[in-house]
Amino acid sequence: MLRFFLRRFAVAVLVALTVLTLAFMLTRLSGDLAVSIAGPNATAEDVETVRRVYGLDRPLTTQYFDWLGNALRGDFGESYFFRDRVSNLIASRMPVTVTLGLVGLVLALVVSLPLGILAAVREGSWVDRLVGLFAMIGQAMPSFWLGLMLMVVFGLQLAWLPISGADTWEGFVLPGVVLAFSAIPSLTRLTRSGMIEALASDYIRTARAKGLTRLSILVKHGFRNAAIPVVAIAAVQLGFMLGGSVVIETVFALHGVGYLAWESISKNDFPVVQAVVLVLALIYIGLTLLADLFNAVLDPRLRSA
Amino acid sequence: MSGAVLPAGRGARLLRNWTFVVGVGIVGFAAIVAILAPWIVPYDPFAIDLDRRLVPPSFMEGGDPRNFLGTDQLGRDYFSRLIYGTRISMVIGVLTVITSGIIGTTLGVLGGFYGGKVDDAVVFAITTRLSIPAVLVALAVAALRGSSFLLVVLVLGFLLWDRFAVVARSTTMQIRNLDYVSAAWCAGASRTWVLTREVLPNIATHLAVVATLEMALAILLEAALSFLGLGVPPPLPSWGLMISEAKEYMFFSPWVIVIPGAALFVLVLGVNLLGDALRDMMGTDLSR
Repeated sequence: MLRFFLRRFAVAVLVALTVLTLAFMLTRLSGDLAVSIAGPNATAEDVETVRRVYGLDRPLTTQYFDWLGNALRGDFGESYFFRDRVSNLIASRMPVTVTLGLVGLVLALVVSLPLGILAAVREGSWVDRLVGLFAMIGQAMPSFWLGLMLMVVFGLQLAWLPISGADTWEGFVLPGVVLAFSAIPSLTRLTRSGMIEALASDYIRTARAKGLTRLSILVKHGFRNAAIPVVAIAAVQLGFMLGGSVVIETVFALHGVGYLAWESISKNDFPVVQAVVLVLALIYIGLTLLADLFNAVLDPRLRSA
Repeated sequence: MSGAVLPAGRGARLLRNWTFVVGVGIVGFAAIVAILAPWIVPYDPFAIDLDRRLVPPSFMEGGDPRNFLGTDQLGRDYFSRLIYGTRISMVIGVLTVITSGIIGTTLGVLGGFYGGKVDDAVVFAITTRLSIPAVLVALAVAALRGSSFLLVVLVLGFLLWDRFAVVARSTTMQIRNLDYVSAAWCAGASRTWVLTREVLPNIATHLAVVATLEMALAILLEAALSFLGLGVPPPLPSWGLMISEAKEYMFFSPWVIVIPGAALFVLVLGVNLLGDALRDMMGTDLSR
């Protein structure tokens, strides 16, 4: 168990370091970062000043190790536009993004777990096919479009919910629904296939033979086993959802990390963009690590992997 | 999973499978529209007419029979733009799948075929790719390099290869030790021969399923990038861009976002239905 943990942890650290390097390379893609920062109206002199002030005149390797060392200490430098530490900016915007992610995940689970179980119990029936169709529709739904449509219907025509912003909890409802939609298809399918597998297994037959009630078999024996992969995928999904929050936060003008990234991208504020990419990647790496360990604790068969 | 062998009489089975019929119908129709776009548009999709802005579709109140789906905020014929948008979505979808398919399949086949250190490296690459927030990176690259049609294809192609790699790797691992591959080795076949003539054709059906899923994803992501202003540059009528340009007017005339969004939804649904039907037939397991 300890060996599995250490091995898995080492891989996560290695992936994190690779992502750190990629994030650094990402901003150097522009060719000349100083030109991008100085903006379109800058003179050659301005560009030179920017190059010196931001240390872009140093060798690339020096810049890289400098950045790497600082990033490892949680220091992502200073934002060109907001005139603030990047770490402060991200910390102040994170609560909105995490709240949105959790609302989306809870909504997604509330919908997909019952649907997945229902489809598995009635496998092959019209109920199963209807659930499959629902998942298919969710998968094809462009999230930004769904967001706009919900804004028109629930924000304007019915006036039930605010159109944008996160001043009250109601501001999280529509974006949460949209975000949930992106996770519902895969979570539903996974619950269904996990449940079908669990229901076909020997211990279910034993439970039936013992004369347990249908409900008790379904919940205690079926779902408890089907839930293991679902919980793990839910953690991974949360990582994906946080990463995909940039679109939804922009649509609903929710000032979270995704919106911050969007603002910074349009303002050529690369230290922020770099840091947001990195932080979201690290959260994802952390969540998948947790999911793997959680799985290994619950299911010893996986530990050899 | 070893269901690479196709069931007998699959033509008849296909036609009884409604998901396949609907999927092929939608995708085939979109392909024809995309190819014939210049010949079937009623008007020039780029022609601006500022006197006739935001005319509602002809079947709505205040509509004009000349413009079946109305006009946009610059007076351009919405139906013509929608038709050209089909072309953009289809071309980006296909080109992205080709790019990501080549990258992912190469990595996956190498990892699955050679195993050991090569495989470790491939798995590591997949893990790293998955931890990178794709939309954000695509946006950042587009902002840095200046967005263009080609850039969108390249960025999406380089970001969406993970599922190709995962499926190519696992299917290659299963095939590697099957009898006909051993037979090829015994017959003195070269490594290249075994890879290209024995392995690739037998994982192709599984990759076809992945290709549909990735194409659907690429179409959705292109629309999202264009919606955020960093995808296909204007005045090209990408559906995502149409929604973005129209969203200021959506509260007064919701049809401006309903039309391009519905087209996007239907096309992606069609591609997914096609993929689902293929998966059912091939028995491809994409749960991992």
